[in-house]
Amino acid sequence: MSPSADPRGVSSQAAFQGLGVAGVSVSLGGRRVLEDVSLHVAPDEAVALLGPSGVGKSTLLRVVAGLVAPDAGVVTWDGIDIGDVPAHRRRIGLVFQDAVLFPHRDVAGNVGYGLDVAGVSEAERRREVDRLLELVDLTGMGERPVDTLSGGQAQRVALARALAARPRLLLLDEPFGALDRDLRDRLGVEVRDLLRSLGVPVVHVTHDAGEATLVADRVLALVPGAHGARLDG
Amino acid sequence: MGPGDVALTVLDSLRGPVGVQVTPTGRQPCIQPPQGRVFGWLPVIFIGVFFAWPLVTVLSHSLSARGADVLLSAATWRIVGFTTMQAVLSTALTLAVGLPAAYALQRLDFRGRRLVLALLTVPFVLPTVVVGASFRALLPAAWDGTLAAILIAHVFFNLAVVIRVVGGFWAHLDDRYEQAARTLGAGPITVWRTVTWPLLRPAVLAAAGLVFLFTFTSFGVVLVLGGPTTTTLEVEIYRRTVQLFDLPGAAMLCVLQMSAVLIVIVVATRLQRRLTVRQRLSRSGVARRPTRSTADRVLLGVTLVEAGLVALPLLALARASLRVGDGWGLDWWRALSVDGPSTRDVAAWQSLRVSLSYAVVTVLVAVLVGGAAACAVAYARRGGDALDSALTLPLGTSAVTVGFGLLITFATPPFDLRGSAIIVPIGHALVAIPLVVRTVLPVLRAMDPRLREVAATLGASPGRSWRSVDLPVLSRALGVGAGFAAAVSLGEFGATSFLARADAPTLPVQIGRLLARPGEVNSGQAAALSVVLVVVTALAVIATERLRTPGSGSL
Repeated sequence: MSPSADPRGVSSQAAFQGLGVAGVSVSLGGRRVLEDVSLHVAPDEAVALLGPSGVGKSTLLRVVAGLVAPDAGVVTWDGIDIGDVPAHRRRIGLVFQDAVLFPHRDVAGNVGYGLDVAGVSEAERRREVDRLLELVDLTGMGERPVDTLSGGQAQRVALARALAARPRLLLLDEPFGALDRDLRDRLGVEVRDLLRSLGVPVVHVTHDAGEATLVADRVLALVPGAHGARLDG
Repeated sequence: MGPGDVALTVLDSLRGPVGVQVTPTGRQPCIQPPQGRVFGWLPVIFIGVFFAWPLVTVLSHSLSARGADVLLSAATWRIVGFTTMQAVLSTALTLAVGLPAAYALQRLDFRGRRLVLALLTVPFVLPTVVVGASFRALLPAAWDGTLAAILIAHVFFNLAVVIRVVGGFWAHLDDRYEQAARTLGAGPITVWRTVTWPLLRPAVLAAAGLVFLFTFTSFGVVLVLGGPTTTTLEVEIYRRTVQLFDLPGAAMLCVLQMSAVLIVIVVATRLQRRLTVRQRLSRSGVARRPTRSTADRVLLGVTLVEAGLVALPLLALARASLRVGDGWGLDWWRALSVDGPSTRDVAAWQSLRVSLSYAVVTVLVAVLVGGAAACAVAYARRGGDALDSALTLPLGTSAVTVGFGLLITFATPPFDLRGSAIIVPIGHALVAIPLVVRTVLPVLRAMDPRLREVAATLGASPGRSWRSVDLPVLSRALGVGAGFAAAVSLGEFGATSFLARADAPTLPVQIGRLLARPGEVNSGQAAALSVVLVVVTALAVIATERLRTPGSGSL
């Protein structure tokens, strides 16, 4: 875990604990989406990533989660390059804009998925699922089919599902974008407080400046450039 | 656009399109379209006389002492056993070969993807007797009559079913479910086991059900490639009818076969309903990604090899038509125009003329009856779905049963149609009508009812409004339906084997006859005639695809 383990010698990043992104560029379908993006997120920090729709915010999150391989640049954790670590071993959670709950599993089945995959015993899994459902204010909803949930409920389930896998970093991709204004603000504060109390660092993507200042300690703006989006501020 | 779209229409006729729903406009238009009843009587009478009545006749023939003997004989159940066994094996193999291709073709982006998709779908639009002839030409003589030959041909023919049904679903399966699973700690195998497979399973089951039905009722392939110990119910029905004149026995086998098919359909439908997961499908389809991982490269490689292998039987067919002894020549092609030894043995060329004229009559009947049926279903205020299902029944019934039913029903005065040329196109039309309906119906349903209201406000009577608003839209769809009907008629073998007059065989029947005779002169001619049939069928399919191409018209 020493900074010198970084093979590409990104020394400016190596000093940071937590997430480091250095010089990441991504092209999708022949179009440059991200150009030389760098940022860092400390282990106890909530960062908001602000930018207009379609600027590449989601792509950046996918690069960090390991779902998209960047054309150039490095992603590090505690100074160590994790570019070759597949998504399922990164322990970086991702909550999509429209929850993407598994349609063939009920609420408890969704929340417990990460525990299931990790081979956690049935009894312990049930306890943990109950605890997480309580945490997101959905006590007793475990057996509900996911297509009966409201938008806000589905988003809470998605959050509980991501937390169950014990992520060292949580990525929220416009998690409340599909909800109406009041609910969005209320959930935003709730989630911020919850994650702060759990000590999970978070990158919260949004196109709403109000939401960004509400949920984050620090706001970064991703602005469209001539050759793909760049970070500003 | 490729032959796949023809295949897809055939498949959709047997089951609803996966995950796509036609949304009704919801509003009751003030100006009603013409009454469904005006159109309904023609298809109801046609299906009643030429499908329902023959089925009743088959049933009554089977209820006899001879029928009971056949039902109780060990030989019958051996054949039932073999029929089931080869269908199960064919289905399993087709899935094993088809699933990697379905994945690679819908989820991976690579050059030549559309070409590979077209290549792998071509076999499904080939006449079954041509499939048989191709594998006769390709496989060594020692494989004649073996189970292996039948299985390989069945995989070749049905590959498109898996690629289209499963692939079509896969293309719209939201890949973020898999991504979510990966961020939650699931490795590739776990993702497949816990997410992809449970979501994909209903489509795989649907494809498996179709392949099982096609191979359980497979006739042309088994007649050409099978042997005495590798015979299926369909071939046995034919043998009892044509060689043994055991009509009650054959009728009992038809009943057995239909019961088995019915059971399979009921079980498959139930299972599918139970496994179906309500999920949002991506409407525009999931973006195909570049091939990067090793697993993806392997699956793509497998798919490309399969596409290469699919071309082999057809190449072997072309080669066999030109291979004379140890050299090359056009001897078999010339022999096609020479009359056979007996007066009934007309020159093989004649069958092209017969096939083309039957195709013309089939197109007329199918377009008229199918078009009327589509209007009846689309305009019906009630009973439309029932008529729709009734019209699909002939497609769920095996061609052999359709042919056998027509034969025994219209073989006795005053309804003796055996000598008449009309009975063959009627059999073909029964198979083609559901396809015409399936082509025309969506077009009619998608029509904006306000167009009729506009016509009415401009002073058009209801009849005039139908002619000026519906008919133009209808005629193009009917053109496509006509193409399907022509392709069906040209390749139809099961029903025609029972119905064709000895002195007027169709192309497939003539090919079947040549293949049944020994000697190079016959197999060479069969290969040459098969090439002719492939070309004629391809022309019909390509013409149909041209009509369907979006942008060139309102369809």
